[in-house]
Amino acid sequence: MIEHIISTLPQVLIDGLALGAVYAIIALGYTMVYGILELINFAHGEIFMTGAFIGTALFITLSGLGFLAVMPALLALLLVLIVTSILTGFLGVGIERVAYRPLRKAPKLITLISAIGVSFLLQDLVRFITELKKGNYILTGPSLFTEQISIKASSILSSFADAQIKSSTIILVVTAIVMMIGLDYFVNRTKWGMAMRAVAQDRDTASLMSINVNKVISLTFFLGSALGGATGVLFAVQYGTIDPYIGFILGLKAFTAAVLGGIGNIRGAMVGGLVLGLIEMFAAANLSVITSNVFTAEYKDVFAFIILIIVLIYKPEGIFGKAVAEKV
Amino acid sequence: MGIKKYFSVLGSTALLMSLMVGCGGNDEKETGSSKDSKVIKIATQSPLSGGSANLGESIKLGAQLKLEEQKKAFEDLGFELQLVPYDDQADPKKGVANAQLIGADADYLGLVGHLNSGVAIPSSEIYEKNNLLMVSPANTAVDVTERGLKTVTRIVARDDLQGPAGAQYAIEKLGAKKIFVIQDKTAYGTGLADAFKKAAEEKGAEVVGYEGVTIGEKDFNGVINQLLSKKPDFVFFGGMYTEFGLIVKQAREKGLEIPFMGGDGVDSSTLVEIAGDAVKNVYYTSVAGDTKATEEGKKFAENYKSKFGKEIESFSAYGYDAAGVLLESIKNAIEANGKKLPTREQVVSEAKKVQDYQGIVTKVGFDDKGDNTYAEVYIYKFNEAKYPGSLDGKVSK
Amino acid sequence: MKLKELLNNNTKLQAVTLTLYIIVSSAALYFSQKSVTAFLLVLASILLLYLTKFNNKVKWGIGLLVLVVILPFTASQGVAYESYMEVATFVGIYVAMAIGLNIVVGMAGLLDLGFVAFFAIGSYTYAIFATAQANNFLPDIFPLSGSWFWLFLIIGTLFAAIAGILLGIPVLRVKGDYLAIVTLGFGEIIRIVFNNLDKPINFTNGAMGIASIAPPSIFGFEFVQSSQFYFIVLGILLFVIFAVKRLEFSKIGRSWKAVRENEIAAQAMGIHLVRTKLMAFAVGASFSGAMGVVFAAKQTFIDPTSFTLLESITILVMVLLGGMGSVPGVILGAAVMTILNLQVLTEVTNWLGQLNMQGVISIPDALSPAKMQRMIFGLILVLFAIYRPQGLIPAKNPVFDEEKLKADDLNQNEEKVITAQQSVIDA
Repeated sequence: MIEHIISTLPQVLIDGLALGAVYAIIALGYTMVYGILELINFAHGEIFMTGAFIGTALFITLSGLGFLAVMPALLALLLVLIVTSILTGFLGVGIERVAYRPLRKAPKLITLISAIGVSFLLQDLVRFITELKKGNYILTGPSLFTEQISIKASSILSSFADAQIKSSTIILVVTAIVMMIGLDYFVNRTKWGMAMRAVAQDRDTASLMSINVNKVISLTFFLGSALGGATGVLFAVQYGTIDPYIGFILGLKAFTAAVLGGIGNIRGAMVGGLVLGLIEMFAAANLSVITSNVFTAEYKDVFAFIILIIVLIYKPEGIFGKAVAEKV
Repeated sequence: MGIKKYFSVLGSTALLMSLMVGCGGNDEKETGSSKDSKVIKIATQSPLSGGSANLGESIKLGAQLKLEEQKKAFEDLGFELQLVPYDDQADPKKGVANAQLIGADADYLGLVGHLNSGVAIPSSEIYEKNNLLMVSPANTAVDVTERGLKTVTRIVARDDLQGPAGAQYAIEKLGAKKIFVIQDKTAYGTGLADAFKKAAEEKGAEVVGYEGVTIGEKDFNGVINQLLSKKPDFVFFGGMYTEFGLIVKQAREKGLEIPFMGGDGVDSSTLVEIAGDAVKNVYYTSVAGDTKATEEGKKFAENYKSKFGKEIESFSAYGYDAAGVLLESIKNAIEANGKKLPTREQVVSEAKKVQDYQGIVTKVGFDDKGDNTYAEVYIYKFNEAKYPGSLDGKVSK
Repeated sequence: MKLKELLNNNTKLQAVTLTLYIIVSSAALYFSQKSVTAFLLVLASILLLYLTKFNNKVKWGIGLLVLVVILPFTASQGVAYESYMEVATFVGIYVAMAIGLNIVVGMAGLLDLGFVAFFAIGSYTYAIFATAQANNFLPDIFPLSGSWFWLFLIIGTLFAAIAGILLGIPVLRVKGDYLAIVTLGFGEIIRIVFNNLDKPINFTNGAMGIASIAPPSIFGFEFVQSSQFYFIVLGILLFVIFAVKRLEFSKIGRSWKAVRENEIAAQAMGIHLVRTKLMAFAVGASFSGAMGVVFAAKQTFIDPTSFTLLESITILVMVLLGGMGSVPGVILGAAVMTILNLQVLTEVTNWLGQLNMQGVISIPDALSPAKMQRMIFGLILVLFAIYRPQGLIPAKNPVFDEEKLKADDLNQNEEKVITAQQSVIDA
């Protein structure tokens, strides 16, 4: 049993890192919106999903036009990432305008319900469009970045098994890190970022300081949604196949990650995402081995939710909440 | 009264009105059809939306094709055939509610359905109460016919034939010794995987792992890591094509070149779309034979393509044949009833008499329980990334 | 407009209109058995009845007359009887659940996104013991016969209430949005656990579900048809409505509303926060649990796919559509949503499909209304949240004459607390 755990560990770490990076960037979107509006933007998972669909559609179009064959794949990815994040960014701004702004003074409950509604609407819209175009709604993009790089983990410790890493995983993780650093810089070092933090702290006072609160909120939604959409593209490249229902449960997990790291806290969300991804992958690979088949891998979601509940109840500011908050 | 109340009245009337408008249309249809009392309605129930809509749709279209072909013959007898497709959304509640609707309308003389055994089991209780004949083109769960219902029949093989057939093939033909079993934690997947596991153990293979995955997930690396460390020489999957496709793809990416096998749930062109080249060296057992193996089958596939603009799926022909058996029984019942509209009981008893109906993919003859005595399990292999795979073996009862 | 005013203030005229309406619609149902519209029109008479200005006893009397006698009788004349009653039974089941959720969300202001878990608990409580399933962990005396159903109605209710309290104890430390997420997590946990509890001991038979659940029976009479379950559901529903009406304006009901409006103020007024919230969870859950038992007995087969998140959201949509905190509103909301889901969407889809097949029109399959369920839910949620958060029939608080209450107060010390709470609510 121990042997199994140790030998798979390098691979589990790599896979967990990939999944964790996805959680982390989606968690950023949740955290930013929550930090400013104190609203769980349920639709964020759906924006991620829409991004995945837009990205895949772009890839399919590009390859259909023959561009993919002549263009370096990285350039194509960059192009798709930029286009998708701009589109989903505006989608996010639009959602805020239509579904959240009229409710800014309403009870939280109502805004949350509106958010759930938007999320359902988006799911069905994407399903509808895909089905109309394709006949069914399961979409598989062209496979890109499938080169495997072998990591000789056994040379570090003989009981490790060798691990493999897909080049798309490297791209995923690197892009995620770049986006996180960029966002961190934006929020902490630029004027707009300062305005965002000011609005997060006190909306009324901020508006007295000649900050256009509506604009700042729109900007927040744009950034969060653009990141979400970009993550969707990366997700589609990594896993290949997507459907309109990936957003909800993934969004929920990402929210868990945001809570784990301390909601409203950007660096916390990154750490929370990675931790959750690693825990989940570890559980999926080892749970049934450890418990000799009493608990199967499906229980990993149960553990994710239990972690969420425990953190919310006993440490609502998140595990890393305080430590990171002092740095910012 | 306040303006609010006025609004509430207005709002609720508007809603009710919209409900009625919806049903008003329905009424027209009903009155339109009841003018001519010699209407025979056939229902299909299969998921037309949701994850397995692809397969559900193919059942519907198959049945539709058969009905359109038979329309003329029935007109000569003086009856008008109508097909009414119902969407059970793979949801038992919805299936039962639809079953009540179907059972209530005396024009219905039979039903082709369902795709999911979890829906077929509760719905068939309603058909039984209404004496409505159900011919299943796809349900493999043992319980479907084992409950002693007289109206339930199926033209495909059961899980306790399919699972063991897969196990027999894997062990005897492919020489599998260490087998890993994965299933998707649905009624169908669990049933099939358990049947496979039991048979594999009886035949002396070692089952090195038994794992469940969650439907709708996209990252199966956790399970694949188990495969990597347990080093099985064969993997069996009980579940649907989406998950199977991703598992195969992600496993191949990690260098696992061992054969994989799935059940009839993975028998779909979408599997190839998802897994791409990784689908090579993947086997699947199917209760559906290769439609295009015969001349009639090829013709059927062409008709289907020209009619609906889609390639056939594995269950298209089964929907077609199920509708065929159903219409055959109705025709016989009409004859037996002196060319008059038969009762549902007569249709059921005629159906039970069917012993050698020659369909496109299968011969049909029902035993006492309603199982098809000619049902066979076919084993296919993907040699290239093209659906369907090539027929590799056949196991019959 | 004049007619409207006339109708509003003249009870006699209302009585005449209502009677006419009921006669016409039930006659329509009686004579044209295939018309779904007529069936819905008869159901709608309950709404009209609610809008009249009769006194409550008369309303209840007429309502019962319609539901117990007129509706089943007129519908029973034709072949579509069972399918109407199936819909009516589901309406009843969902109405009871929506009323339960309304206590938690509407009255106590606690957003619960995992409400279907209690429904699942009720269903499984009966299903496990009414089949041979229980033999796996208890001595070999199962399945219990259908006459145990009545006892299990109470046991299922209790189990769900206990689950509500158990969930409540840890969960109530979180507020608002967090509560929504935690309850959502809880709902998913329950479903996943039920889906996997076939190992190590087979409690729930996992994903295979539990089949052949014994139908209820009393004095040798077995309930198997929807038309028979209709009366069971109606009975429970009446009890539920009665209970919730009594609770709404009792001390606990007013405490719920006080907590909803302002927790801190409510606490300052001496309301025990934890006890009040737990009560809301327990009562709400128990209604759901009772209907779970009925659901299991009616379907004779249950598996975890009946208890997904979508189901929780559906019930939430019903509550929001009808009006949070308003019992009549929630009844309307649940009825409209259930009928929409089970009957209207199916019928419209079939109708369009028929037209499609006859070549009259050509609509792509992706547009089929039955697939639009999520979009319709989403639209209702967003539109109602923005334009009409109080729902179709908004909740009403009884109006008190302040002077009179003050005068009463001087006499009765006990009442003081209550008035104080009332003023908190009104503020």
